[in-house]
Amino acid sequence: MKRFDYIRPASIDEALAAWNPGAAWLGGGTNLVDLMKTGAVQPDTVIDVTRLPGLDRIEWGADGSLRIGAMVRNADLADDPEVARRLPMVAEALLAGASGQLRNAATVGGNLMQHTRCNYFETPQAACNRRDPGTGCDARDGENANLAVLGWSEACIATNPSDFCVPLAALDAVVEVQGPEGKREIAIADFHSLPGDTPERRTALEPGELILAVRLPAAAADFAGHARYLKVRERTSYAFALVSAAAALRMEGDRIAEARLALGAVAAKPWRVAEAEALLAGQAPDPHLFARAAGAALTGAAPSGDNSWKIDLARRTAARALAMAATGAPARMPALPASPFGEPAGDHVHA
Amino acid sequence: MPDTLVQPVRFGSNSGQPVTRRDGIAKVTGAATFAADNQPAGLLHAVYLPATIARGRVTHLDVAAAEAHPGVVQIITPADRPPLDGDPSAKPTPFSFRIDVLQDDTVRYAGQPIALVLGETLEAATEGARLLAPRYAAETARTALDDETPFAFEPAGFGLPAGAEHGDVAGGHAAATQAVDVTYETAAQYHNAMETHAVVAAWEGDHLTLDMPSQALAMSCGAYAYFFGIPAENVTLRSPYLGGGFGSKAFTTGPQVLAILAARMTGRPVKLSLTRQQMFGPVGHRGATRQRLRLGADVAAALTVIDHESIAATSSFDDFVEPAANASQGLYSAQALRAAHRAVRLDVGTPGPMRAPGEASGSAALECAMDELAQEAGIDPLEFRLRNYAETEPGTGKPYSSKALRQCYDQAAERFGWAGRPLAPRQMRDEAGLLVGWGMGTALFPAPMFAAEARATLRPDGSALVETSAADMGQGAWTALAQIAADSLGLPLDRVEFRAGHSDLPDAGVAGGSGHTATAGTALHAAGGDVIRQLGEIAAADEASPLHGAGNAGFVARDGRLCVAGDEERSEAFADILARAGGAALIGNGSGSRAPEDAERWAMNAHGAVFAEVKVDPDLCQMRVTRLVGAFAAGRIINPKLAESQLMGGMIWGTSFALHEEARHDRHTGRIVNADFAGYHIAVNADVQGLEVITVHEDDPHVNALGIKGVGEIGVTGTVGAIANAIWHATGTRVRRFPIRVRDLLEAGSPVG
Ligand SMILES: Cc1cc2nc3c(=O)[nH]c(=O)nc-3n(C[C@H](O)[C@H](O)[C@H](O)COP(=O)(O)OP(=O)(O)OC[C@H]3O[C@@H](n4cnc5c(N)ncnc54)[C@H](O)[C@@H]3O)c2cc1C
Ligand code: SF4
Repeated sequence: MKRFDYIRPASIDEALAAWNPGAAWLGGGTNLVDLMKTGAVQPDTVIDVTRLPGLDRIEWGADGSLRIGAMVRNADLADDPEVARRLPMVAEALLAGASGQLRNAATVGGNLMQHTRCNYFETPQAACNRRDPGTGCDARDGENANLAVLGWSEACIATNPSDFCVPLAALDAVVEVQGPEGKREIAIADFHSLPGDTPERRTALEPGELILAVRLPAAAADFAGHARYLKVRERTSYAFALVSAAAALRMEGDRIAEARLALGAVAAKPWRVAEAEALLAGQAPDPHLFARAAGAALTGAAPSGDNSWKIDLARRTAARALAMAATGAPARMPALPASPFGEPAGDHVHA
Repeated sequence: MPDTLVQPVRFGSNSGQPVTRRDGIAKVTGAATFAADNQPAGLLHAVYLPATIARGRVTHLDVAAAEAHPGVVQIITPADRPPLDGDPSAKPTPFSFRIDVLQDDTVRYAGQPIALVLGETLEAATEGARLLAPRYAAETARTALDDETPFAFEPAGFGLPAGAEHGDVAGGHAAATQAVDVTYETAAQYHNAMETHAVVAAWEGDHLTLDMPSQALAMSCGAYAYFFGIPAENVTLRSPYLGGGFGSKAFTTGPQVLAILAARMTGRPVKLSLTRQQMFGPVGHRGATRQRLRLGADVAAALTVIDHESIAATSSFDDFVEPAANASQGLYSAQALRAAHRAVRLDVGTPGPMRAPGEASGSAALECAMDELAQEAGIDPLEFRLRNYAETEPGTGKPYSSKALRQCYDQAAERFGWAGRPLAPRQMRDEAGLLVGWGMGTALFPAPMFAAEARATLRPDGSALVETSAADMGQGAWTALAQIAADSLGLPLDRVEFRAGHSDLPDAGVAGGSGHTATAGTALHAAGGDVIRQLGEIAAADEASPLHGAGNAGFVARDGRLCVAGDEERSEAFADILARAGGAALIGNGSGSRAPEDAERWAMNAHGAVFAEVKVDPDLCQMRVTRLVGAFAAGRIINPKLAESQLMGGMIWGTSFALHEEARHDRHTGRIVNADFAGYHIAVNADVQGLEVITVHEDDPHVNALGIKGVGEIGVTGTVGAIANAIWHATGTRVRRFPIRVRDLLEAGSPVG
């Protein structure tokens, strides 16, 4: 890989000061280093932010809100008993991602910022507007069976592969960032960008901005009893989603007071549709209702290539996730988290 | 590097005992030295640049940029590659492939080496290769079976398989009252042993030392000697451990030849180790196939014909045609049989033998077609197979040397609980509402033998050294072969030092074709027998020995003592006999191969039956194999623990074949877009739930003196079809391509709910 300077700042200020236009933040490196090896990403400076003080904490506010430091490892977050209790689908999504070894290394900030798995992006020899603006998009006429069916543009049809971000989107997470201009907050809905004509702008993060934390509002825990993440994949574990869905219901008696639904692996960002959620509010849980809501969530879906099957699958997945949420979050993490084969709950997590 | 392992082992553990592998501790503690672990002084690192197109020419390499990179020592391109003594397009051994060693600027497949960079560090060489930034004149690559016209070929041994025709095929079709005509496809698969191909090459004058994983040490020495114009005995190849091979490490590969060439050019040892991504190209794979099966049966559900045509992908410049259609020979008692192969030339690396070459793909299609015909005939799939049970080899009428397939069917079906399976699909659900399906398949793999030699040395202290250049790919040869050797010498295992994995040792032949234990084992058995025979002669002639004069009765060796056959009270310790004879060691030699007349007379196969249960989500179409039960009859089992793990490994491989493995090419450049373990799926732990193996003992006096067949590959066969049939049984959807994907069930219109 291209030679680069490695810097390990001791403070956030030092980190921000070290940033330059050719620099990249280094979290667990599970995504960045792979891309540096292929040459898809070629930073001059790698700034290791994993030792920055104070960013590795999971903190509950007095009001019940949660603040997750950007350097918290995916595994530590997933294994936190309070997180599993109050935000079960967040833990479930994390455990459905990658493998135990990768989750031990991967950070919250890195997970939010992970790149698409579009192979043409990862391969520097291929034309890719996201990697090299204006060069074209080899995926359009290439291997695109698992690329986007929603929100894509002529310029780019990539998907965001993160599992973790899907429940974050459903639960209105907020991303705390700090950059040369100071601190600010970005709503998760605005964090990942749809490609439009500028697929290279994959998030709302400005150059030099560093993710400090992700916050979840207290209200996210109101869904604890009825929140599920469901991930359809080609093998039982250790595979990226074909399609996934996070579904959460706040029940009042036998009625749905409020619903959240986000889809993963269908677009360049977790996909949330207000109309689909509105359909559910005030209704009694029912398969037909869930099917209608799932249909609404897929409004506007269109194949970007050899992937019309994903539209059908996404609809089915959304409906099922809602049904699973209505049944209730399991008391214990299923042996196969987020899997159609996860029930009944087993005695150890096997993912 | 230790050439031998002296690990504590359980006493009295010889053939038939489930001895724990002798190299296990060395491997789990990291003491075992694999090829790329070697770091000789002065080492240079070699990294090759793989082509990212599959067809065309390299028009430019930025050699200056690469040379300018600190730590880069030398760049080798087709423009300045020093000559080789052997022609890379020639085939120095009957089991060779044409290799790519920078002979010109053409690109024939993605992943082909197009330049070699030598660096003081791996990092420098790697970056040097990247800086070469190749430019190409690319042509549209042909990577799909439909991209070229299939051609027929004259059979020519390895790589160009003969077909077969027995009986009246047209008559068989005409006589059928029920028939299926179905076409199945199998994807290109790449063997990815945990240890990627590697070499550390060092020259001393015209003597070459190679640390390199090899499944065929002597053959490899000959091939490397050919390319470098030296006698084969000038090549020392050390391969004490392999992290898997699966057929891919039996051959000379281009990258390894380039590293050896670089070592000769620079006068320094050179190490080259493929990255995971580089495994997808120059080191072989299982070519894609499209197989048409036409089966017919009469009113009694007896097969009238098995007509199997296969088209397989090979490269544009060499021939390895997956002999898939031959898998339907020799198994079911059809009146007429036909197997025919054609090939398609694509811009891919040359395929090669990959675990159960031919049998795996062919069995997958055959077992599904059998299921389809059973369904057509309204008969239970197991019953259908029993009705067509072959008592002699179909077509040839040869007797089987042994065949306990019926017991395999019975025992596996019983253990699985096959009885009561509903005939119609989509009848079973579990408590969670998942669709449940049961399917089965027959397993078959030939029991070949090759040629091997071995040496046994009985030391004055009564312990022994046995030597053969056998290859332990992780299957357990270090252990199973030592067990055989210990038995042949009448010694407990811990009194036998076993040396293997080194080309200076007697040639153990190739570890392949599931014939290594049989072949090298027979040679070891003979070598030990030779020592005991000599010892008997000494004792019988020695007046001071209690065995004096007992030569006519014959001797047996047991627990370090030579005993009179039939009168085992009369015995003497090996060491005592040797001490009186002057205290010198005794050396015996042995060889193992099969007499051609035996090979002619008998049909020799291992057999098995595999039963699978799958669950399928009715809406989401995600599939999972929840239970696999396989019963296998493979002659005498030397080490049940190792044999069962081989069979399990084969069945897991079958799961990957059925549901996961598929190399996908970009249709323009021909590049494989999923050439890493995130994208190229093989089964993970969670994909393997219930897995049971039963071994059915066979006494086979014909296969070889020890009665050994092989267990390395058979587990793949039968399993793939069993899983696909179970998916049909669960869903009612027949998917005729492998791997079976979520989208295949979805697109077939699997109804919701
Ligand atoms: C084989 C494999 C399988 C996988 N399977 C899955 C899966 O099934 N589901 C899934 O969701 N994910 C999966 N992943 C992806 C994995 O989740 C990500 O690689 C991981 O979350 C990235 O975290 P990291 O800390 O290692 O990030 P890094 O690799 O360190 O960084 C990733 C990106 O984030 C940037 N970055 C890192 N930290 C910050 C910060 N604090 N502020 C701003 N930018 C930052 C980096 O500059 C870089 O661009 C898989 C990965 C692999 C290799
Ligand atoms: S889909 Fe997007 S990421 Fe993939 S090649 Fe096209 S532009 Fe690049």
